[in-house]
Amino acid sequence: MWAYLVRRILYAIPILIGVNLLTFLLFFVVNTPDDIARMQLGVKRVTPEAIDNWKRERGYHLPRFYNGDESGARQLTETIFFQKSARMFAFDFGASDDGRDIAREIGQRMGPSLAIAVPTFVLGLLVAICFSLLLVFFRASRLDVAGVVLCVAMMSISSLFYIIFGQWLVAKVWQLVPISGYVGGIDSWPFLVLPVLIGVFAGLGASARWYRTLFLEEIGRDYVRTARAKGVSERVVLFRHVLKNAMIPILTGVVVVIPLLFMGSLLIESFFGIPGLGSYTIEAIQAQDFAVVRSMVFIGSLLYIVGLVLTDISYTVVDPRVRLE
Amino acid sequence: MHRDLPLWLLLSCLLAAFAAGCGEVWNDPYPGERADAPVLYSAFVNRPKHLDPVQSYSENEATFTYQIYEPPLQFHYLKRPYELEPGAAAEMPTLRLLDASGQTLPPDAPPDSIAASEYTIRIREGMRYQPHPAFVDDLEMPDDPRTIADFARSGSREVTAEDFVYQIKRLAHPRLHSPILELIAGYLPGLRDLHRRLREVQVPAGGWLDLREHPLDGVDVVDRYTYRIRLTGTYPQFIYWLAMPFFAPVPWEAERFYAREGMAERNFTLDWWPVGSGPYMLVDNDPNSRMTLAANPNYRQDTYPCEGEVGDREAGLLDDCGRRLPLIERVVFARERESIPYWNKFLQGYYDASGISSDNFDQAVQTVGDGDVRITDEMQAKGIELVTSVAPTVMYMGFNMLDPVVGGDSESARRLRLAISIAIDQEEFISIFRNGRGVAAMHPLPPGLFGYRSGEAGINPYVYDWTNGRPVRKPVAEARRLLAEAGYPEGRDAATGAPLVIYLDTTGTGLGGKAEVDWLTKQFRKIDVQLVVRATDYNRFQDKIRSGNAQIFYWGWNADYPDPENFFFLLHGAQGKVASQGENAANYRNAEYDQLFERMKAMPDGPERQRIIDRMIAILQHDAPWNWGFYEVVYSLQHAWIQNRKPGKIARNTLKYQNIDGALRARRRAEWNRPVTWPLALGAALMVALVVPAWRQYRRRERATALATEAG
Repeated sequence: MWAYLVRRILYAIPILIGVNLLTFLLFFVVNTPDDIARMQLGVKRVTPEAIDNWKRERGYHLPRFYNGDESGARQLTETIFFQKSARMFAFDFGASDDGRDIAREIGQRMGPSLAIAVPTFVLGLLVAICFSLLLVFFRASRLDVAGVVLCVAMMSISSLFYIIFGQWLVAKVWQLVPISGYVGGIDSWPFLVLPVLIGVFAGLGASARWYRTLFLEEIGRDYVRTARAKGVSERVVLFRHVLKNAMIPILTGVVVVIPLLFMGSLLIESFFGIPGLGSYTIEAIQAQDFAVVRSMVFIGSLLYIVGLVLTDISYTVVDPRVRLE
Repeated sequence: MHRDLPLWLLLSCLLAAFAAGCGEVWNDPYPGERADAPVLYSAFVNRPKHLDPVQSYSENEATFTYQIYEPPLQFHYLKRPYELEPGAAAEMPTLRLLDASGQTLPPDAPPDSIAASEYTIRIREGMRYQPHPAFVDDLEMPDDPRTIADFARSGSREVTAEDFVYQIKRLAHPRLHSPILELIAGYLPGLRDLHRRLREVQVPAGGWLDLREHPLDGVDVVDRYTYRIRLTGTYPQFIYWLAMPFFAPVPWEAERFYAREGMAERNFTLDWWPVGSGPYMLVDNDPNSRMTLAANPNYRQDTYPCEGEVGDREAGLLDDCGRRLPLIERVVFARERESIPYWNKFLQGYYDASGISSDNFDQAVQTVGDGDVRITDEMQAKGIELVTSVAPTVMYMGFNMLDPVVGGDSESARRLRLAISIAIDQEEFISIFRNGRGVAAMHPLPPGLFGYRSGEAGINPYVYDWTNGRPVRKPVAEARRLLAEAGYPEGRDAATGAPLVIYLDTTGTGLGGKAEVDWLTKQFRKIDVQLVVRATDYNRFQDKIRSGNAQIFYWGWNADYPDPENFFFLLHGAQGKVASQGENAANYRNAEYDQLFERMKAMPDGPERQRIIDRMIAILQHDAPWNWGFYEVVYSLQHAWIQNRKPGKIARNTLKYQNIDGALRARRRAEWNRPVTWPLALGAALMVALVVPAWRQYRRRERATALATEAG
């Protein structure tokens, strides 16, 4: 397994370089260094000299990929791409274009994002699995049909609707929780209840239908029939046998997103005023802050790779037949 | 039934615990804070980029910087038209005009004879900076500080004239990129020299650029409380700049403090943690969530004004006459990215004031009679008040005067521009897209500024007629006539027969933008002109404007200061966007107008200045380089407990004057936010109603024999 992990880590390096290159290309197709400078300096009374100075200070005056004025390796290193990318691979994200330390900003925003994302993820998973097992238990009954119709209806509605409706009903009409806002520590729970519930509810339809399909596939297998024939209760059949054997496809979809929980949720965080990472990348794109965009894309792709590796490892845990070689 | 008891018990316990954990009000977004405390609650949408007074130039930053820094002058809070008065200065600056030989000239000397203008500013004695660790010499860095409050000790010192001079030098700091460096350096050449010299200075790692060691030509410290600024020529508008934080005092100790090792990495910079002598200081700065200002305990003796304009006394705006400022202890700004929660929290009493978005307009405001507006009954029942004011802002459609079709000074192009100006029904635009929040513009100068004329004398005679005591847009037939005279009868080129196509460059491609573009296309269709919309991203749009490749475009300007110069310069030839990257986006140039502008800007307000402004307006209305667009009208709502709030966007240091009736707010909040608990009980009952039968069904299945199942 260790050889496999080392190989996957080595594979990650060219992937990260490729993602970084693609981000760089896409960003600079839309924004020139002059645009970035103007965005940071403001729109009123900005002089060409101020733009030149700003670019020089932050290294945006260099050529993008190839510096013909230099010689040797410096032709490649004295470029925006190299200067902005090299330090990132040492996890030195530097400062955003408006001068704020990116690592610190990420550190500050990660907590609130996780405060929403982790309970939403755990609760959502539990509720979806229990609900789908319930449907499977009552399969082919009216309850099952009603459940499936409900799931289809729920997954057809935009999550934005759940947010706006939830805020209107629970926070405005019933006035049970604050509409938006956030404070750190133990006092944060009134601010988290509604976004977590909405997050769980918004994702329930699609997840429950997916899990129901997986469980139905398993429940018709021979080992289930054997277990029943041995007198095993339906609860044990579902939770011990069916759930365990359906874990591989569940893990494929679930484990990979665990590391990405750090990245937060744009909509939920925006509407509920949660100061998380969800909006950090979007705000950076709007502000044409390349330093933040490249850092967040880098972290996102790294976490995704980590998620994939964790998924592979989790297979070996739930299915002893799987070997990572 | 006894089997269900534990479930009921559990749910009841949970509900009881939930209810016990909350107070009388469950939805309070400020846990642990007393509703009756003298605290103002407000919100911000976009995080401020800069809080350093040499860099900050945006409206959303001014909300903070104008409260933290105190420049030499300020605008009188109540008087209209706006009037400057001493702020940090002990008295209004004295101005000495000098000729080329250094001799003093009389105040009414012709501008051409003035070689230099010398402003002597005497500041108040005894002013002190806010408490801050920068003033402690032997300060140790705490472990991983997050806010300024994490530093164990803080100090202060008296504000001196040298601090004002130090800040002026900071305008030339090569790493600070002050947006007004070039403008001020045009009158204070020493600033450009200093900028050049400072660029050569090598600052060691961990060191700082001590500007005290670098003299600035034209600015001198006269004594501990007096300094002098000597400008080249005359620039009467300079006095307005003295009312902005660009010229507020900054202590050198702050720069030394923030240059210490590890500070920038922890986001401790002067751009983020300001150090000022104003009425408030920033004590909490999490721009993703919340920023808090607290009253500066070292703020000078400042009192609420005792005189204002007519009607202020009746409006209760003089009730706090003579009271020590600031009146509110803390101001909390919470970040609200979305308008829906912002609005609902305002209605719940958790924000003290709010603007009105288009989505909520009908809920808040209703139109009565002849375009008059008043607050809806629902708002009135809550005691909410509506405050309106015309902002010193103009939004316009520019014609690129370098364009071969709509530009140039030919009679044909001029008539074409006038035809378009008549065809575009600005009043309809304001009604549909701005909910009536605008006044159709007749020229670039908004109401409330010197030079603006209302009534018949103020209309644009090329676009409006004065009928029944009000301006009425000329009929479309007049636009068609002008179009034909321009060489485009029925919207076709008289020579070639080709249809006339006009290109609009815009960034507005969103939902609202599409509707506006459709409406505009319809306006052009009224005179048989085809409008082609070239939607583009913001960067490309800016490029097109800079390079003169746009034909028509929308643009706007928000005043820096209440002087006509700050609007007329937008059409000054020397400010041409293509020629000099200035603010004249239409690239308009008219020799007579330019000459009059130079005279007007150097004159004091008076009949002669009014006469020149009238002539400048007449030239502009004749040439029509803009379709004049509209002046923005700002609608704002405030709760009954907020006091002393006077609308106006020129004076920005307004927080110190505002007051709160905390007891009323606490009562209203409690009244408006009683939790509705029956849904919780209903939800619990519903859960039980679902779970119990399901559980029974499960039990029945579990216990059923194969035979029974078959039979069932």
